[in-house]
Amino acid sequence: MKIVVLVKQVPDTETNIKVGDKSINEAGVKWIISPYDEFAIEEGIRIREKSGGEVIAVSLGPDRVVEALRTAYAMGVDRAVHVKVDDYVTFDSTYTSELLANFIKAENADVIIGGRQSIDTDSSQVVVQIAERLNVPHVAMALKLEFDGNKVTATREIEGGTEVVETSAPLAVTAQKGLNEPRYPSLKGIMSAKKKPVDVKKPEELGATGSKLEVVSLEPPPPRIAGRKLEAADAQGFASQLVKALREEAKVI
Amino acid sequence: MADVLVVGELKNGELKKISKELTSAARKIADAIGGKVHTLIITDNVDAFAGDLKAVGADAVIGANLGEFSPEGYANGIFAVIQEKKPAVVLMPHSAQGKEYSARVAIKANAGIVADAVALSVDGGKVVAKKPIYSGKAYANFKVSSDIQMFTVRANSQEVTPKDGAGAVEKSGASVGEVRTKSLSKDLSGGNKVQLADASIIVSGGRGIKGPENWPIIQDLADTLGAALGASRATVDAGWISHSHQVGQTGKTVSPNCYIACGISGAIQHLAGMGSSKYIVAINKDGDAPIFKVATYGVVADLFEVVPALTSEFKKVLG
Repeated sequence: MKIVVLVKQVPDTETNIKVGDKSINEAGVKWIISPYDEFAIEEGIRIREKSGGEVIAVSLGPDRVVEALRTAYAMGVDRAVHVKVDDYVTFDSTYTSELLANFIKAENADVIIGGRQSIDTDSSQVVVQIAERLNVPHVAMALKLEFDGNKVTATREIEGGTEVVETSAPLAVTAQKGLNEPRYPSLKGIMSAKKKPVDVKKPEELGATGSKLEVVSLEPPPPRIAGRKLEAADAQGFASQLVKALREEAKVI
Repeated sequence: MADVLVVGELKNGELKKISKELTSAARKIADAIGGKVHTLIITDNVDAFAGDLKAVGADAVIGANLGEFSPEGYANGIFAVIQEKKPAVVLMPHSAQGKEYSARVAIKANAGIVADAVALSVDGGKVVAKKPIYSGKAYANFKVSSDIQMFTVRANSQEVTPKDGAGAVEKSGASVGEVRTKSLSKDLSGGNKVQLADASIIVSGGRGIKGPENWPIIQDLADTLGAALGASRATVDAGWISHSHQVGQTGKTVSPNCYIACGISGAIQHLAGMGSSKYIVAINKDGDAPIFKVATYGVVADLFEVVPALTSEFKKVLG
């Protein structure tokens, strides 16, 4: 099996975000692998451990994303590829999916796995767009994956429950929490990851047609409706005040 | 013509509120750019929904019989309607299903797409979509530069405004085409009675409920309000409830009108999932808990006393 794992580097949730005109100020931002992509890396490695083959981690972004690829190496992927894009067109899922799909096409991958969404843009688009571009089926929100040759049986999350589906490789998968428990990189893995090569691909080499989004502006979040703490002598007092507030002031119940 | 196509959604044979929200939003866009609103519903019984959609501004209500949901089949069918209607703008729900077919539809139509938009406006004939990024720590405004502009829109983010559209009913001959993923079985037993993603009221429990045996206290309030039951990551990780209830960064992102957080301290990952709720009620013994920074109404008290009192008070007023 040839498995391509999509790894996106995102700001750590705890990190402070300073909003500029059309991009954020990256000074002081702590970068991590988007948590759902960790499930994807782990699953890629597990498939290889069972079926043999090769796991290729690919990350799109500026030079800093090489750190994410080193982590993927430390977890156990076989190859790492950096699609070097420096500006904020990385917001644009169709541009991202075009670059990545063109890379994957050349690799002839059997399985493409990414997280169910990245935690910076929450768009849930890129992996399924890649499936469409490569004309392969996909399984979204996978909780369990089983391969029998090219036949794939998967359990996935759907609204209100789970679904078991059957399809075949080549395919794309998005990883949901519950698919596996990502391993911690070993010290030995971390040390050897530092020396491993990272292939660099430029957008020109991958033949993308360009971005379809224009960033008009970035802005801080809207101010919240001013909150207040209620005062009451007992639970009953709180309850009647809350009911009144929600029904007469907020008018939401 | 600069028409707007809405993809609506049904649940158990009934129109989901998002279908009206998107039709209403489409009406405003169409009025600004000079076009018609077409709302597509995947059904063999489109007549049943035409009235409701016409009343919020649909000029045409289109039914396409695409059978059981499959992302590929829906994408093929929806794309066929796009080819026929040639809309300038397509609005789709950012629902579990919408996330899947929208990605395929965007590629088929060679369109740019903004996913999870929470506000839509028009500037210079183009739609401007606003969406939260970086866990709600920033908001971005985007325009789509391709001929067709596509958007998926978060539930509960758009007002439903009554406005008469022409409301003509059409039946589309669009078909599902080739579908390569086969559904073998579905298990809907572990889920919420009310779905988190599009619930207008959510009652959530956190570590403060102390143990799984206490969910009925939270569930009673949720049932009384017709609300969905949510949970914090701590309760899911402790095995007190299934992951399908989790709200937050590694759970579901929600935007209800009212979010009632019981015994939830408000870790930043939780706030990332529910911070865009219109009204937030926090009930927590710890007055310094971060949840109070975002709460519209804060109650510093024991949830084991306040939540049952609240349930019985609501039972009285709601009959």
